[in-house]
Amino acid sequence: MTEKMHIKLKVNGEDKEFLAEPRELLIYALREKLNITGPHVGCETSHCGACTVTLNGKSVKSCTMFVAQANGAEITTIEGIGTPDALHVLQESFREHHGLQCGFCTPGMIMRATKLLEENPTPTEEEVRFGMAGNICRCTGYQNIVKSILAAASELNAAKEAAQ
Amino acid sequence: MIPAAFDYYRPKKMDDVIALLEQHGDDARVMAGGHSLIPMMKLRMAEVPHLIDLQDIEGLSDISVEGGKITLGAMVTQHDLINHAGLTAAAPILREAALQIADPQVRYMGTVGGNVANGDPGNDMPGLMQCLDAQINLVGPNGTRSVAAREYYEAAYMTDREDDEVLVSISFDTPSGGFAYEKQKRKIGDYATAAAAVQIVKDGGKVAAASIAMTNLSDVPVWSEGACDALVGTSCDAAAMKAAAAAMLGDIDPSEDNRGPVAFKRHVAGVILTRAITRAWDRA
Repeated sequence: MTEKMHIKLKVNGEDKEFLAEPRELLIYALREKLNITGPHVGCETSHCGACTVTLNGKSVKSCTMFVAQANGAEITTIEGIGTPDALHVLQESFREHHGLQCGFCTPGMIMRATKLLEENPTPTEEEVRFGMAGNICRCTGYQNIVKSILAAASELNAAKEAAQ
Repeated sequence: MIPAAFDYYRPKKMDDVIALLEQHGDDARVMAGGHSLIPMMKLRMAEVPHLIDLQDIEGLSDISVEGGKITLGAMVTQHDLINHAGLTAAAPILREAALQIADPQVRYMGTVGGNVANGDPGNDMPGLMQCLDAQINLVGPNGTRSVAAREYYEAAYMTDREDDEVLVSISFDTPSGGFAYEKQKRKIGDYATAAAAVQIVKDGGKVAAASIAMTNLSDVPVWSEGACDALVGTSCDAAAMKAAAAAMLGDIDPSEDNRGPVAFKRHVAGVILTRAITRAWDRA
């Protein structure tokens, strides 16, 4: 066993410090060291996207990053974008449009979708499907996930216009 | 999935990287985005007692497009390649290929240097760099040296790079003419069953120059001089394309795996190359 490292992360706006072996995967550090269990362990092989978080402005699969690599990073998980009383537009939209069934993939889907809409606020259906290609859902057949994201995009854009 | 334990280093200077590599020999590996190395370490197919993370080394993420020359730093990600307007204008084949690699999350992390250095026959950038006749720039204890991408690959995961060298950048002349990167894959995130990188220069209705490289059809990428020669001087008609595909099939040596038997891969290689040539010629 190698020596543990002193890891510092900013997760959902809060500074976190803990000790971890460098080989620990970020997903396990989040879930087991910090009790942030929104990001899920799906395939653990960087295929399914259930562990997707935003790290320094990028959508990343936290099962394919060592915690040592993430040291010093700013991370946002599903816990950081809304609360049960004040859902994020995408969370509300997934509920409204039935964008989930079992819900296991949903935290990863929504985190990826936040970044997708940030980079492309007016995506076509095809662009949504291409931009979400790193996230797998085994229940919905994707139709309602795509619908939820497109509806959230319209809502965000309408809000932006109204604000102007 | 827990990889074997390792010592982790994140040096700020390339000299320190080289010193670590000299000290630990093949017990040390450098890591760029980690999206090839980490999965291998998780499966314990790669054991890396000393892991050197390159993320804090300055200047490895630069993209330079000037004076007819393009240089890509090793840490430039696929996401960077896709979103760099100047690069897309100068060498659009890079964006077309990068968009066919893995998925968005992987493209944020996966780097061009890692893809080229790794030597996995399934990686797309090695074939593409052979098509572009790129130079691979390495730095080691004795300074820097460049190797042609067409000479770089020796066998699967075996390249011309020495254990104490680091791939720092890739450079090539701005390509001209039509281009296409065509890839057949079973699903998003899979490696190619067959992929082709093609650049064609057209002059007076004839092919003036052509460059053709194939991916995942041998244990190394295959630049097919025979396929290029079959096109040059022709009007890129059906007969010329058939001759190019036949020449290419003479240069590849696919092996059977879960993507299909050898006969199927050879069939797909022919189809993919014909499509790539057709598209490159249309754009030439």
